[in-house]
Amino acid sequence: MTYRVHDDANERGIDLKAGQLNRTTHPTLGRIRKNWGLYLLLLPAVVLVLLFSYVPMYGILIAFKDYSPALGIMDSPWAGLKYFEKFFNSYQFSTTITNTLVISLYSVATFPIPIMLALMVNQMRQNGFKRFFQTVTYMPHFISTVVMVGLMLILFSPGSGLIGNIFRLFGAEAPNLMGSAGLFSSVYVWSDVWQHTGWDSIIYIAALSAVSPSLYEAATMDGASRWQKIRFIDIPMLMPTVVTLLILRIGSLLGVGFEKVYLMQNSLNITSSEVISTYVYKIGMLSSQYSFSSAINLFNTVINFVLLILVNQISKKYSENSLW
Amino acid sequence: MGVVEVREKTGPRQRHTRSSDRVLEIGLYVFAVLMLIVLIYPLYFIVIASFSEPAAVANGQVWLWPKDFTLAGYQELLKHSNIWIGYRNTIVYTIVGTAIGLVVNISAAYALSRKDLVGRKYISLLFIFTMFFNGGLIPTFMTIRDFQLYDTFLVMVLPFSVAAFNIIVARTFFQSSIPEDLWEAAQLDGCGNLRYFVTIVIPLSKAVISVIALWTAVGHWNSYFNALIYLKDTNLYPLQLILRNILVTNQMQSAMGTGEAAAIALRLANIMRYAVIIVATVPIMCIYPFVQKHFNQGVMIGAVKS
Repeated sequence: MTYRVHDDANERGIDLKAGQLNRTTHPTLGRIRKNWGLYLLLLPAVVLVLLFSYVPMYGILIAFKDYSPALGIMDSPWAGLKYFEKFFNSYQFSTTITNTLVISLYSVATFPIPIMLALMVNQMRQNGFKRFFQTVTYMPHFISTVVMVGLMLILFSPGSGLIGNIFRLFGAEAPNLMGSAGLFSSVYVWSDVWQHTGWDSIIYIAALSAVSPSLYEAATMDGASRWQKIRFIDIPMLMPTVVTLLILRIGSLLGVGFEKVYLMQNSLNITSSEVISTYVYKIGMLSSQYSFSSAINLFNTVINFVLLILVNQISKKYSENSLW
Repeated sequence: MGVVEVREKTGPRQRHTRSSDRVLEIGLYVFAVLMLIVLIYPLYFIVIASFSEPAAVANGQVWLWPKDFTLAGYQELLKHSNIWIGYRNTIVYTIVGTAIGLVVNISAAYALSRKDLVGRKYISLLFIFTMFFNGGLIPTFMTIRDFQLYDTFLVMVLPFSVAAFNIIVARTFFQSSIPEDLWEAAQLDGCGNLRYFVTIVIPLSKAVISVIALWTAVGHWNSYFNALIYLKDTNLYPLQLILRNILVTNQMQSAMGTGEAAAIALRLANIMRYAVIIVATVPIMCIYPFVQKHFNQGVMIGAVKS
């Protein structure tokens, strides 16, 4: 009700100032003018995102050019798909793609672990223990990547680390976990599981706490065991959340984070640890091949984008869950 | 929590425990305790190792209690001024960066939560698109350099402060938790958008603001990527980049030369590593308990729905 009153007032206000405007544009213009405060609130974010997210997108042009700093982006000569071909034909192409996919698919395979943890927490009846358990499982999330990798280097050292000492207790030789190409993906993924499972489960725990108690009551009346309640109430109720997060996860399949891999890299494991993001960094920042680095990066981004759209379409078709 | 209470009160049937339920109950707690050990022990070990003689740690004599108690690691830490400069820088970046991040993202989120905002859909898309597509490392680096932000204080707190995900979470919170009538009533009293946002919306949104503040602060405290790419001056380095040199690339040791002096230096570097982990991690872990109560369903469901 109040709405109409105000719209009318605004229309009249505009009529006075700009009588030549025809009747159909009044409400929209009026609402823009009335809500100028909201646009002011949006301004900082819009300006920042335009400057630091969209201006760089224009810079992607250098992936198709022989970029020279002296000439600038616009005047550098076109190179067509030269740098993409260079990447596809280089020996690093299959190495980096394989390594990225191995680590990524391995991580996706651990996707159910936070869900299981949430189902577990949801079953806990002692509230004191439950709270303590949750706090402890969240804690490692706050350890920075640098400290985490430092921690792993210390604890996994075969000579003087905790793992080395544990193996020695049993008279065995500890494997060099941080310096082994074969074990790299396992060390990477399971240390992530150790660090982030608790945190990642928060979102599922929240979804479970929103389940209506009447569902459980009805199940109890029907004589359902706790296993059956998990199987037929908890898991189905989690599915929309699971699907949403899985789509996002698969949308970044070629997006293995730079920070941890780069810190874990050393000459002993480099054959398994060179991924696309670290290669982009080395080519671009360390050897200053701007066009080549941008081309690899763009290839990566486009594949991720296409995967996201594809997975979203498939999910829309079969499960009615989708991002948009 | 409510769910648990209600379920425990339902009828006499509930009190009759099935054997399969018992097995589940026991298995659950056994597994939970094992998990707690796996999570806590490595952290506990770092704490006791930081108070122990490094030789004892290396020889496997430290298991449950510090061995040959010493504070040498912490004393050594005090002597390294670059750590404390890094520490100071990180605190400043975290505070300023979180403040900027909150102002930018929360205000944008509120504007986007209003259904009467013309162009709402397109402006939302402008932000959401950046979650899935970006210019990439080199074009972004060139942009930062062209804007004269390379190797400045500002690059650590301003350019990357817009977080589309946070905007979505906060927007969902505003839409579901701030009643629309409130705005209509405020309007009748002649209250404008800005005054309404500051005096009414913000006080009602402490939960989502604290959660986003936590996310942003932890991100600033823990990240090293932006510093690695955009900083050259070591006086601007955040703690994490200094830690990287101490913990991962071992630059302390390699710069020491050989002989007895080197052996002492190595011992100090080793003992310091445990202490530095504690000093760098404890402050940010201490923030969480203050925010924990806000991780209620309201905020998290916002994340789910988006």
